[in-house]
Amino acid sequence: MAAVAATSSAIADAALELIEVKYEILPFVIDVEDAMLPGAPILHDDLFTAGVEPKATTASNIAKRVAFKLGDVDAGFAEADVVVEGYYTTQAVHQAYIEPHACVVTVGSDGQSLIYSSSQGHFMVRAYCAKLLGMELSDIRAMPSEIGGGFGGKTVVYLEPIAMALSKQTGRPVKMVMTREDVFRSTGPTSGGTIAVKLGAKKDGTITAATAVLKFQAGAFPGSPVQPGCMTCFAMYDLKNVTITGYDVVSNRPKVAAYRAPGAPISTFATESAMDELALKLGMDPIALREKNAAKDGTKTAYGVTFQNIGYTQTLEAAKNHPHYTAPLGPNQGRGVASGFWFNIGGESTGAVHVNEDGSVSIVTGSPDIGGSRASMAMMAAEVLGIPVEKVRPVIGDTATIGFTHLTGGSRVTFATGMAVTQAAERVRDDLKKRAAMIWEIPVEAVDWKDGEAVPAGANAGGFDPMPLAAIALKAAKTGGPIIAEVSVNAQGAGPGFATHICDVEVDPETGHTTVLRYTAIQDVGRAIHPSYVEGQIQGGAAQGIGWALNEEYIYDKQGKLDNAGFLDYRVPVASDMPMIEAVMIEVPNPRHPFGAKGVGEVPIVPPMAAVANAIRGAIGIRMPHLPMSPPKLRAAMDAKAG
Amino acid sequence: MSKQHVTTTINGEPAEFLAEPFMSLLDALRDEMHLTGSKEGCGSGDCGACSIIVDGRLVCSCLMLAVEAEGHEIITIEGVANGDELHPVQRKFLEHAALQCGYCTPGLIVATKALLDRHPNPTETEARYWLAGNLCRCTGYDKIIRAVMDAAAEMRGVTA
Repeated sequence: MAAVAATSSAIADAALELIEVKYEILPFVIDVEDAMLPGAPILHDDLFTAGVEPKATTASNIAKRVAFKLGDVDAGFAEADVVVEGYYTTQAVHQAYIEPHACVVTVGSDGQSLIYSSSQGHFMVRAYCAKLLGMELSDIRAMPSEIGGGFGGKTVVYLEPIAMALSKQTGRPVKMVMTREDVFRSTGPTSGGTIAVKLGAKKDGTITAATAVLKFQAGAFPGSPVQPGCMTCFAMYDLKNVTITGYDVVSNRPKVAAYRAPGAPISTFATESAMDELALKLGMDPIALREKNAAKDGTKTAYGVTFQNIGYTQTLEAAKNHPHYTAPLGPNQGRGVASGFWFNIGGESTGAVHVNEDGSVSIVTGSPDIGGSRASMAMMAAEVLGIPVEKVRPVIGDTATIGFTHLTGGSRVTFATGMAVTQAAERVRDDLKKRAAMIWEIPVEAVDWKDGEAVPAGANAGGFDPMPLAAIALKAAKTGGPIIAEVSVNAQGAGPGFATHICDVEVDPETGHTTVLRYTAIQDVGRAIHPSYVEGQIQGGAAQGIGWALNEEYIYDKQGKLDNAGFLDYRVPVASDMPMIEAVMIEVPNPRHPFGAKGVGEVPIVPPMAAVANAIRGAIGIRMPHLPMSPPKLRAAMDAKAG
Repeated sequence: MSKQHVTTTINGEPAEFLAEPFMSLLDALRDEMHLTGSKEGCGSGDCGACSIIVDGRLVCSCLMLAVEAEGHEIITIEGVANGDELHPVQRKFLEHAALQCGYCTPGLIVATKALLDRHPNPTETEARYWLAGNLCRCTGYDKIIRAVMDAAAEMRGVTA
């Protein structure tokens, strides 16, 4: 590897031109199934398949095998009246945040380093840089910059360690910015994959057995999201007999990175398309089939968890009763329904609440804000303190100014960081009551907190005028000093997310082009803290899923080179591709969060590909098992059907 | 390579800067004029994050050379508000929560202003096609389009 530092990007480009690289062309393999064949070029001669018995003794492109099992699928299929089988494929797609990766770093002669970069977690940036450069964590201060979209793709470092090495050598600050082409070629897309699904059911729609075999591209190094792909793909259903097997497969592609609900959209495209096929074969309404088999509180999943406080059936009920579901369709139009599941996570977070001398309140967290979470933090603290949200200013602290916080991902911030902020606000509220009691010279138990004011209670009720937060803040020096609290949590009990989407499409019989006419996304959100930002998460996730369904893919030439490393040829949805997306929020509160919040950001990208595929099936009578469902593919499928 | 002296008008004020002949107008705005509201998402005119208005026309500033700005009237996102008073399009973007990460927002607001300056009464479809050169990866466009239509109605004096 080589890196060049220069005083301008033009000089750096010219210097790079002077580096001559001689490549030895080695055999390569791009396709996931090809990479698994005997005789395929082996990428790493020290990679042995994990998770197989007996232990692997020859190198393989299969990095890992995972399996999940409940009951006896053979017995289940023997009971089935109807069986459907399908083989589905998806292509690698990129998160396609509009802001390219960028950083500015300085490494001082004393080794003290400062990193400004856009990421989903500056503690993550600090940890990777320290590890790669052999530094102490305390010698690196990572500053959170505003982030221009991440969707999982900014949960790893690309530029920062290189910039640090250059800064160390030059003694100067170093700035690195990726071009869009760099972003497509050298940062992680998510996996493409193949999924074989088989479902068996009784005539009444009860699913008796389900199997899925998933093979995911990891890129050049292990680490595809095949495991969560396996865990999520049937999690919407209460299945007695199920086996899910996954393979993490390396091939000569960019190393994958997380992308919104990693793995679930890929596997669920297949399983929810198969559910649609099953409904057709049974002659059953697709929502009724899902209701018949829906996971409920107490349902045990194939991966071992037993669900509590879930809202899946409520999303189905809302879908069935939504006017969209029964609206008339025209010629060449079809309607599809699909559901999806995502775990959501909690984890380590820190939140600090500072009462300022003038009665305004500052909140500091360690969670980069990728979708409006600062506003939610401010709202939760304001609610606890009983003050207007405008009085609360949320900021994101750097790695030296706020306690450790796991990165922004897994739909965890409003849940976990929100829990830390809420608890910190509660401590501040308790402290404010204590200060008022001190000023009034009454016991703290005799003070209540109401609408942002301390009020005397019990025997002292009415004895003193209520004391607003600002008045207590003004006297803080006399009552014990600054009024602040910082709380760190390792939050557990993130409620899982379930969603059901309804999609109408029209397929142009001439061109094979699919227009999405109407889209309704229904989701259990726990309790929506900031409803319009929650809607935004749902709408944005659905739009990304529609792009994944219809347009987006990494296209390779025969030499294995990426052919579409730009926004012109890697086509994400534009405004004229989209209809309005109606977001319907179902609120089944999460008892583990002080305000009932569940993660909302990821599950909306899980159902769309199958919802669109099922709608296309309705419109043209053809199952499209291969993504993206682009016009040439539809045209070819329609031609083949017409003979 | 010697720098060129460029004299132009930016957001109603006379402006001058030195630019390398190959420098994009976007880089000149950001690095020479310190107007960092316009963003670079692609550098190839595909994403619209760098949208500005040049002599009344919507332009991707990454596709224009800085020296080409000579003698022209440029409006950037920094010139859309009237002092402290937000432009109706800006206000409606806030009211409708029509942004998440905000990276595409300056370009979308400039593009919307360019639309409404010319076509005060667009249909939803017209607005969607006009804004098709401005990528947003966060929102799915729903709230953006609502903000645009609402701003258009307000600017026409119609209560939505």
